Amino acid sequence: MSDSALINRRGGALAQLSDTLWRRPGLLIFLLILPPALWLGIIYLGSLFALLAQSFFSIDEFTGIIQYEFTLKTYAELFRPSNFDIIIRTVVMAAAVTIGAAVIGFPVAYYAARYARGKWKAIFYLGVMMPLWSSYLVKVYSWKLILAKEGILNWLFETLHLGGLLNAYLAIPVIGGNSLSVSATGTFLVFLYVWIPFMILPIQASLERVPHTMIEASGDLGARPAQTFRHVLLPLALPGVIAGSIFTFSLTLGDYIIPQIVGSSRRFIGQAVYAYQGTAGNIPLAAAFAVVPILLMAVYLWVAKRQGAFDAL
Amino acid sequence: MHSDRAPLGLKIAAGFGLAFMHLPILLIFVYAFTTEDKSYQWPPPGFTLKWFAVTWARPDVWEALGLSLQVASISTIIALVLGTLCAAAVSRTRFFGREAISLLVILPIALPGIITGIALRSAFNLADIPFSFWTIVLGHATFCVVVVYNNAVARFRRVSGSLVEASMDLGANSFQTFRYIILPNISTALLAGGMLAFALSFDEVIVTTFTAGQQQTLPIWMLEELVRPRERPVTNVVAMVVVLVTFLPVLAAYTLTRGTDTVAGQGK
Repeated sequence: MSDSALINRRGGALAQLSDTLWRRPGLLIFLLILPPALWLGIIYLGSLFALLAQSFFSIDEFTGIIQYEFTLKTYAELFRPSNFDIIIRTVVMAAAVTIGAAVIGFPVAYYAARYARGKWKAIFYLGVMMPLWSSYLVKVYSWKLILAKEGILNWLFETLHLGGLLNAYLAIPVIGGNSLSVSATGTFLVFLYVWIPFMILPIQASLERVPHTMIEASGDLGARPAQTFRHVLLPLALPGVIAGSIFTFSLTLGDYIIPQIVGSSRRFIGQAVYAYQGTAGNIPLAAAFAVVPILLMAVYLWVAKRQGAFDAL
Repeated sequence: MHSDRAPLGLKIAAGFGLAFMHLPILLIFVYAFTTEDKSYQWPPPGFTLKWFAVTWARPDVWEALGLSLQVASISTIIALVLGTLCAAAVSRTRFFGREAISLLVILPIALPGIITGIALRSAFNLADIPFSFWTIVLGHATFCVVVVYNNAVARFRRVSGSLVEASMDLGANSFQTFRYIILPNISTALLAGGMLAFALSFDEVIVTTFTAGQQQTLPIWMLEELVRPRERPVTNVVAMVVVLVTFLPVLAAYTLTRGTDTVAGQGK
């Protein structure tokens, strides 16, 4: 072995650069992180702060011109009954969608994690992945087909001679409406359908980690299946459920397309943001509305972190 | 063995969940062939292949598709570069601001899309940037980074440091090491991440409505048709094709990363 290979520096600018990077790992990290940090820092955070800053401006009620002075007036407007209703409605919908997704998603996740083997494991996996990655608009569109007055759901109710039941349900105020496609129930179903894969994957991830000897031990100790579920399985799966609920809750809070296509004329936060920044030209109020989901999610994430939900992501 | 048999109730509940997730999409496949063109009548009065020819001859569909493919390709390339750089830095060492960087990458997808959208739009307005092809790309690349990052960071952690050191000991410089050691090790993760980023961008509508001017990507075209239906059968056919097209990259990404500890696509 010749010493010269170790002593002689390799020639060429590229090689010298290479040596420098090897000797100074800090510089390498800096160079690696610079482009993504600049991109996200300037384009994304910059825009986000510009938006937040605008929420502290206000709009002159008579001229409609934005006044660039610091004020909390715009935030106060959020608490006007018409605006506050929008916030409450959105939060209730997000909570309902989250609970619905957990109830329907849990058995799928549990079966996939505990019982599915080999071919069925793959089928279950793709069975959740495919809807997750399918086009969002196509999924919404499919429900427009289903919920339409002449569509399959009404046809099904008529064929089973249950049309009266459906009409009685639609007559209930708040959740009912003229037809399913313009009712809050319709909006709920579409939200549920579109976001449910986001709930199943984290639950499945947390259930995969539950040793099945624990379930057996619980049974051996005399617990009935319901008790095992309540006292063993659910506490262990809870971080996964919370992780999933972060997605379903956040996604429902910010959506403005689903309630626009399927639902009543009562607005959600996303629609309010969209309407205020668009035709109304009231950017400050739109910005203030946009802060609501951010704050709600910040609180939600803080609670979730305390429950250890991030380990299940 | 008793414990390996699922209770009947669980089977039914799991089957119901899967059916709930799949039947609505399958319904679109039926509607693409219906002869009815004024309403969403069920059951379809008859079946025809006519609408495929009609859709094929529509220039607006082709333009929207072309734009979507271009935007998705360029956004994916940007996301691949930025996501890989970020993953390389974060997985390698602990440094000041590391947590902040990983949060920053996830933020565009963790916050509701409407916030990303309206933030970008008001920033473009403030900076007097006219809406164009590039403003769409700017938005898409921003939230695509996280998909590539998630895939790459998991793989980087598994590339053992001794491999890199061995390569350097044998006389390769950093760039050769990257080319011949690191890249082959992370290539499938990058490919999977890239495909998912492509699928994400191809399908994105919420941010795009804020960052596009007059241009129509395919999702924007579909949104228009959903809000103000003009020719329903054409929408049905486009919807079916979109489902089939997104099916392929997801299946490919799954196949590429199957058997590793983190399968691609979980964190959309």
